[in-house]
Amino acid sequence: MTAAPVLDVSDLRVRFNTDSGVVPAVNGVSFTLARGETLSLVGESGSGKSVTSLAIMRLTPTAPICEVGGSAILRDADGPPRNLLTLPEAEMREIRGSRVAMIFQEPATSLNPVLTLGEQIAEPIRYHRGTPRATALREAERLLDLVGIPDARRRLSSYPHQLSGGMRQRAMIAIALACEPAVLIADEPTTALDVTVQAQILELLRELQARTGMALLFITHNLGVVAEMADRVIVMYAGRVVEQAPLQTLFRRPLMPYTDGLLRSVPRLSSLHEPLEAIPGNVPDPAHLPSGCSFAPRCEHAEAGRCDTAVPELQSATPDHLVRCVRWHELTRTADGLLATQ
Amino acid sequence: MTPASASTEALPLATPRRAGRGVRRFARHRLALIGTCTILFLVLASAFGPYLNPYDDLHIDIVHRFTAPFSGPHLLGTDQLGRDMLARLEKAGRISLTVGFAAMVLSIAAGTVIGVVAGYYGGIVGAALMRFVDAVLCFPSIFLLLALAAFIEPTLLTITIIIAATAWMEVARLVEAQIRALRDRDFAVAAMALGAPDHVIMFRELIPNALAPIVVAATLNVARAILLESYISFLGYGIQPPIPSWGNMLNNAQDYLVTAPWLAILPGAAITLAVTGFNFLGDGLRDALDPRLDIR
Repeated sequence: MTAAPVLDVSDLRVRFNTDSGVVPAVNGVSFTLARGETLSLVGESGSGKSVTSLAIMRLTPTAPICEVGGSAILRDADGPPRNLLTLPEAEMREIRGSRVAMIFQEPATSLNPVLTLGEQIAEPIRYHRGTPRATALREAERLLDLVGIPDARRRLSSYPHQLSGGMRQRAMIAIALACEPAVLIADEPTTALDVTVQAQILELLRELQARTGMALLFITHNLGVVAEMADRVIVMYAGRVVEQAPLQTLFRRPLMPYTDGLLRSVPRLSSLHEPLEAIPGNVPDPAHLPSGCSFAPRCEHAEAGRCDTAVPELQSATPDHLVRCVRWHELTRTADGLLATQ
Repeated sequence: MTPASASTEALPLATPRRAGRGVRRFARHRLALIGTCTILFLVLASAFGPYLNPYDDLHIDIVHRFTAPFSGPHLLGTDQLGRDMLARLEKAGRISLTVGFAAMVLSIAAGTVIGVVAGYYGGIVGAALMRFVDAVLCFPSIFLLLALAAFIEPTLLTITIIIAATAWMEVARLVEAQIRALRDRDFAVAAMALGAPDHVIMFRELIPNALAPIVVAATLNVARAILLESYISFLGYGIQPPIPSWGNMLNNAQDYLVTAPWLAILPGAAITLAVTGFNFLGDGLRDALDPRLDIR
């Protein structure tokens, strides 16, 4: 892909200063996001994927509680590159919702219960573009139509509680797309929905992306959804990128034992009568990360003296396949997963 | 009852509107209905009564002073200067109700703005504002009222402002607590993620969600303001004669409590009716606007 990245995140670090000490939630995450591309951030709860997205939007708590380092450069078609992390708050506010928009996990609570859909969709158009109310409401009707809500004109005066979960998420998408953002961050947008509705929403997002050419940063813990949506995948563990690869490569040839474990723990029809595989152990407490590879305590291939001394570098297996594991070239993939050959 | 109406009653609406349910809940609250009727009666009597009554409230008729109620052409009797009591009560109602409403509007506006700013920004700004609120709250309001009233020339406007100045703090605390809880809700974060300016988040996203307790506080504040206006007028710092207010009519009546008790009983009853009316209304609204009661 030759397109210049719209979003270039490098060495993003987020630390929370809590009463019980400093908690590093994100430790040097870097990635690029090209126009029209879908990048998936995958990881368990607490791996730092949501904090990453909030940090890019600058919606993490303010300074004494939370510190953000690194850079997130937005290269918009209409304007110079801007570092979202150092931009003055007023400029950042203009970017939020207009150049970089976000949709959330829970559509039921992300919509304001006392405002009509029309008002809620028209609002960002009004304050980002200064469009008068009546025009913005007409635009809202067009957007509701675009996201596949039937009878859009009547729905403008509906309240969120009058809609189903899928409808609400469609409405959230309409609000996010109101100002045609260059980057859309979707933080587990289908987790709260039924499987069938989930498929419809994913289809809608793909269709809208094809139409508008926006870049999509898709955050999820659901590997099935990743397979549906992503062009490239980043696997996060304990606040670090542990593997990054194009979708096909990652699913066919994962190099990091953690990724392999994640893929093997997906239930399959072919293994219906076998017990479900799981990665033993739990995600480490981010306040007390192990000194070496953070996955080493749970890894069956961990080697004392190598894996638990220093945090491994993110190495390039191939130019577009990065892995954070000191033993990756010593492991080969077999039908039963990764096996150590040496 | 016709069969048609019976069937429509039996079928609940597919999506009952929240407002409709609220109104029904309010109507079930008998005291609230009585309160509403009382207020309506007082407002209408004050607004239109003077046009129907042949007597002027300032017309002095020494010959017919101290006429008892229901004993002559003056329906509710006359006072020590022979002024028609009904006309005076109606005019006083205009003053007292106006002061009550205006003070409520002022105190709600001030309390809401300060509360929403303190609750939304929190931190140093919020702490400073709320400590200021606490400090003002430390003064006994009657004392504050009298201290202020002693220094400022009493007119309708200044008295309204003085009363509002002693009533906004509770609203500020109420709103601050509401907003602090609301600003961490998902829809507020979503609005921030959309780049909404602070004033949009505060006044369009958050305030409508806190409207129910504000409305209740507003009705209770009217009652309180009427009572406070009566206090200070009774003590002679409020509305100055010859302009009547329910409070200064009571003040006048002190000397004639035994000889002409209706001079005290009538304005006293008016104050009682207005204050209880607004309190009942506030209680009814509190129940009607509480979404947790929607389940019933």
